[in-house]
Amino acid sequence: MSIFLNVSFNVNFVVLMIGLLLVATHSVAAVLPEERSDVMFHEYEGGGVTINGPSILVRKNFMDRISINANYYVDNVTSASIDVLSYGSPYVEERIEQSVGIDLLRDKNIVSMSFTNSTENDYDAKSFVFGFSRDLFGDLTTVSVKFGFGDDVVRATGQAAFEDTLTRKNYQLSVSQILTKKLIMAVNLESINEEGFLRNPYRKSSILMPSDVGVIDRQGTWEEENYPNRRTGDAASLRFKYYLPYRAALRAEYRHYSDSWDIQGSNFEIGYTHPIEALNLTLDVRYRTYQQEAAFFFIDFLDASNGAEIPTFHGRDKELAEYSTTSVGVGIKWEFLSSRWLVLDKASISLNYDHIAFEYDNYRTAEAGGYELGQEPFYEFDANVTRIFFTAIY
Amino acid sequence: MKSIVFVTVILLTGCSVTPSITPWVKPYERGYLADPIMSFEPDAVSSNYMHHVYQAREGARGAEGGGSGGGCGCN
Repeated sequence: MSIFLNVSFNVNFVVLMIGLLLVATHSVAAVLPEERSDVMFHEYEGGGVTINGPSILVRKNFMDRISINANYYVDNVTSASIDVLSYGSPYVEERIEQSVGIDLLRDKNIVSMSFTNSTENDYDAKSFVFGFSRDLFGDLTTVSVKFGFGDDVVRATGQAAFEDTLTRKNYQLSVSQILTKKLIMAVNLESINEEGFLRNPYRKSSILMPSDVGVIDRQGTWEEENYPNRRTGDAASLRFKYYLPYRAALRAEYRHYSDSWDIQGSNFEIGYTHPIEALNLTLDVRYRTYQQEAAFFFIDFLDASNGAEIPTFHGRDKELAEYSTTSVGVGIKWEFLSSRWLVLDKASISLNYDHIAFEYDNYRTAEAGGYELGQEPFYEFDANVTRIFFTAIY
Repeated sequence: MKSIVFVTVILLTGCSVTPSITPWVKPYERGYLADPIMSFEPDAVSSNYMHHVYQAREGARGAEGGGSGGGCGCN
């Protein structure tokens, strides 16, 4: 549990704790999250990668003051991604994530804590989150703060001697505001600080070195990446949800992100939720776009065969490239139990499907043949994301 | 991060000593807002998963309004 020992309680953190203690004395009522259990099967398929598995989330309340939740989540990964095809071998692995959390209610205040442990054959991650939320202004406003601390261990299959670490700190502020009888808004701010081994130990840069005589395709150009060991990012989002003149809801969200690696990303999402009461169905449709600028050290291909200087930091992770994504999704929920039966208040089954198109602007399809080195077509792929889950509310 | 701490302290301590503000939307006028279709994230198990999907494949992270765990499973 070194995660708890690595936390540096800086001045800002102490000031914020004092602020929280000052306000934790006022009264009247917030509510705990509803008691429910969800059993979900999820699948992501795209770009040569298939990831699926279950997720089970259970929440139980006690004495109207304490709420405990637990989540068991599995990713079964089968990967033959473009990176794997370019310089590796297809692989199969499993990631298991387990988390437990508790929410404590006192008057208008909720204190939350959670712990998450994620394990893979080559990556372990532990994170602890402490949160506090409070209702204000006649419960028109809810302010929440969260602090997260993460401690990861990175390993590499086939490199027994390699092991490195990564620490992560998150600071989050959320304000939910009732604007009118039919309109609600939420503002989220988050700062993420990461330090340590921040790259994937398997991924390679593509650099043609002076010694690469006779190399005519990417296979002779793979070199170890080198990333900065620190990354600080800030994100801000604004969300609205509006109850239409008939029983349906419209939502919109905008988020902007920037970090010390010069990545600038923004996404916009709009969605529509429409219940069909006669059939106990709820339909949902959504559209999302995302675009980002590349990290300052992203290089798809560098020709240094003439002795050109190689930058200190260089990497070819496509998530650091300049690209955009477009998503469309649909969902349907069938509430097959809407009145009390035995211990259950409600029960439903939901199916969601999202299609995501990725289009890269400076990341090329390295494995493509018949092209001049570094002039391959830009990479693009589509992904399908499916979630089906059963929900019991009690 | 300092700005987040500053805004939080101002919001929480400032609001705690401000005379109570009459809510412009009364509790009995919040029927539409209490409808489950007005929840930003009605199903945590599902929305947490989608946050993870996007976090693993996009450079931007944070301010999603939900939670997600560590690890990746995305190489």
